[in-house]
Amino acid sequence: MEQTLTARALHPVRLTEIRIHGRGGQGNVVAAYILAQAAFEQGRFAQAFPSFGPERRGAPVSSYVRLADRAIQRHCQVRNPDFLIIQSQGLLHVAGLTAGLKPQGGILINSARDLPELEAEAADALESRNVIVLGADALATGILGKPLPNTALLAAFLALTELLPLNALEKALARRFKGETLERNLALVRAAACEVPAGLWREVAHA
Amino acid sequence: MAADEKASLFELRRAQPAFRGLEAGHLACQGCGQALGARLVTEAAGPDVIVANATGCLEVFTTAWPRTAWRVPWIHSLFENAPAIASGIEAALKAQGRLTKVVAMGGDGGTFDIGLQALSGMLERNHNVLYVCFDNEAYMNTGIQRSSSTPHAAMTTTSPAGKARMGKRHLKKDLLSIIAAHHIPYAATASVAYPSDLRKKVRRGLEIEGAAFLLVHSPCPLGWGHDGALTVEVARLAVETGVFPMLEMERGDVVAVMQIRNVRPVTDYLKLQDRFSHLFDESPEARVELEHLQALADHHIEVYGLRGTSPDPRDSEGADTVRRGGLRWG
Amino acid sequence: MLEALEGSAAIAKAVALCRPQVLSAYPITPQTHIVENLASLVADGQLRAEMVSVESEFSAASVVLGAAACGSRAYTASSAQGILLMTEVLYNVAGLRVPVVLTCANRAISAPVSAWNDQQDSMSVRDAGWIQLYCASNQEAVDTTIQAFRIAERCELPVMVCVDGYILTHTLEPIDIPTQEQVDAFLPPYRFSRMLDPLRPISIGNLVTPEYYAEARYAHHQALLRAKDEIEAADRDWAKVCGRRSGGLLSVEGPDDARIGILTIGSVLGTLADAREEYPDPPAKLLKLRSMRPFPADAIRHACRGLSDLVVLERALSMGSGGIIGAEVRSALFGEPNPPRVHNFAAGLGGRDMPLEIYPRLLKAAEAPEPTRFAIMDVELQKLPETER
Repeated sequence: MEQTLTARALHPVRLTEIRIHGRGGQGNVVAAYILAQAAFEQGRFAQAFPSFGPERRGAPVSSYVRLADRAIQRHCQVRNPDFLIIQSQGLLHVAGLTAGLKPQGGILINSARDLPELEAEAADALESRNVIVLGADALATGILGKPLPNTALLAAFLALTELLPLNALEKALARRFKGETLERNLALVRAAACEVPAGLWREVAHA
Repeated sequence: MAADEKASLFELRRAQPAFRGLEAGHLACQGCGQALGARLVTEAAGPDVIVANATGCLEVFTTAWPRTAWRVPWIHSLFENAPAIASGIEAALKAQGRLTKVVAMGGDGGTFDIGLQALSGMLERNHNVLYVCFDNEAYMNTGIQRSSSTPHAAMTTTSPAGKARMGKRHLKKDLLSIIAAHHIPYAATASVAYPSDLRKKVRRGLEIEGAAFLLVHSPCPLGWGHDGALTVEVARLAVETGVFPMLEMERGDVVAVMQIRNVRPVTDYLKLQDRFSHLFDESPEARVELEHLQALADHHIEVYGLRGTSPDPRDSEGADTVRRGGLRWG
Repeated sequence: MLEALEGSAAIAKAVALCRPQVLSAYPITPQTHIVENLASLVADGQLRAEMVSVESEFSAASVVLGAAACGSRAYTASSAQGILLMTEVLYNVAGLRVPVVLTCANRAISAPVSAWNDQQDSMSVRDAGWIQLYCASNQEAVDTTIQAFRIAERCELPVMVCVDGYILTHTLEPIDIPTQEQVDAFLPPYRFSRMLDPLRPISIGNLVTPEYYAEARYAHHQALLRAKDEIEAADRDWAKVCGRRSGGLLSVEGPDDARIGILTIGSVLGTLADAREEYPDPPAKLLKLRSMRPFPADAIRHACRGLSDLVVLERALSMGSGGIIGAEVRSALFGEPNPPRVHNFAAGLGGRDMPLEIYPRLLKAAEAPEPTRFAIMDVELQKLPETER
């Protein structure tokens, strides 16, 4: 598809910024890359990058995605994300987890617990926030055979925000996976998307 | 074959010109062991080689701009990277599908010390390179400072003898064991006192597909303190005393040695060199050091099985001339 | 073709398109993904090259020197400590006038130890005699890498392509990867005039006495100065192939009547470009420095005409003196009638973020009654003991 990288608009670029929290070694950067790839498949512009550090397996890490309708030029960090995706509920206890999240911003959390339970435990982080909980580990285990939450979380995120159609995510997954693995991931996309209220965050996403 | 025919062929062979990869007219000291060694190596290697030379005496006295003594393609980069330069040349030749051989040359400083890492890497990756170390047992180019190859008790400017010291405190680094541990196809020691043997080992190394290492004992008249006319004799005594064992190794195992028919006492070797003169003052400390050095030589003889009565075929013109192409004896 | 790629992967593809025959590198963050990507391409048979995985950066640079001297296009990459370790070889490669391309994935230098981005590494070796080009984006990294091989081989000078580590190397975004045909049309097969060859034996790396040394240095310096034309030509010619410019030696963006200019280098240019759209007043020009060596003094003088104030922003400094680019800019402007006041700042050291807001702050600083000779921005003194403030 035809895309130009030289467009210069007369107004500042409109960005959607997402921060993804995870643990080292669990595909935190991969999640960001896949989301950016999905945007690309849809003809949108995206930028994805990890927050860099010496973290090893298990340590909290984060990565970032910017989405826009024209080439993203800035290379600074994301300070005020529009959305957070939390790959592991244990991270709710990390100080400053939701720092910078815009007031109306949405938080999607991978957890087997229900929202009232999480809100009670992590009041600091979740109070007055728009939170959706998804049992991504269980969904993944059921379809992939392993608790790898990325695909499910991304599918749910797109279903909630309608930032991109689900088939953009499917195309991005097809770049990474083949055969049986791809089929299962596609099935997981469909299953996860059904678990959240479609379009609930649409207005925030397109504000 | 009749005796007179043999003699004529022998003369014919001797008249055959040898390839002069290193030309005369360079600026080496009279009697330089390394210059002799480099000439013998390039003669045996022939014109289809590329030489990567580490910083040291050899490159300094052969290539003062705008002159060069080398008749083969030659590059000098830095002190510590001749093996890496050679690796790059080898990789390029491989990529281009060319069969030219690569010969890396370095002194003991650039091989035992500062270049050891690069050498180890080249050997570990088994690049198709013959690495020749001209071992004159000190940093001669910079004025005779000790290297890890300097023998125990030898005097250098940084390991002088005095009231509190008897020359270099530490032993000569056992580089051969390090080379052996890399299990390369071929490694050998040679000496400028045994030119045919050296040439044979060079050719052997070049024929190997993979890494080969050659340690050439090269006396330095200036640094060792002997007359330039005695270079070959000094080198021969190093072999005949067992101080410098002559070996060939394949994949880390010793497969051949040059045996010594008449083992000489180390003092015969040491007394010719001013760098050991402090060991001959009859003091108790000096006597102890002489015993140490004798013990080291004895150890070589025992460990490598150097004592023997077999005739010495490895340094005959015969072996050498057969190689040069075709004619066989008898 | 447009692909969503990590910067490192795109750079690796660009290198592969240039058909190098010998690659050699030693792993160091954040260069690793470039080399790993190249290794994959070799392993899959997509790139036919000898990959020499060496035991240190000193050897990596030496291997590419040997290979290039022997007639093969050669490439390496490194960062920070690796650049420093190979510094002796870098001077040697340049002094021997051997064409080689190196990607420097810019990273801060120890001590203190840091894995994050700044440009102290490449700035530390600016005197080694290499051409140094800095990329403002991953697309420029791809285009500049391809141009670099041509520039190196035409000038017989090695080229260092500088790319902000992590910020560019580890960011995934849409990047146009040219076709093999496009690159082949632009970059002819490798030819080195002084190739090591038994049929034409020469000696490279001779000892040079005082009688000849000055001449060799003069020739090298002149070659670097002349390389400016080649750098501009490569950018123009590549733009004809792919439709994109990377800014030659120096490029300027902004309204003609702007009286304030910000001169800087590397990925922060993208951030400042966005910032200019959010903060259009006062109007300002962005002077995008691409070539640090050769230093485009003429172009800088030309770009500064009409400016009342020039802010020089850099990601390195010369300890005990101040800004590096700032000093060279001031030197270039010396003697100009009505030169702008120069305000010199260092920021982004050791990976400290440079947010959009840095732009209005720089514009504000340009209004100060006295120009800042040199300052490091955003130093939080309370983090230091009293005696260190």
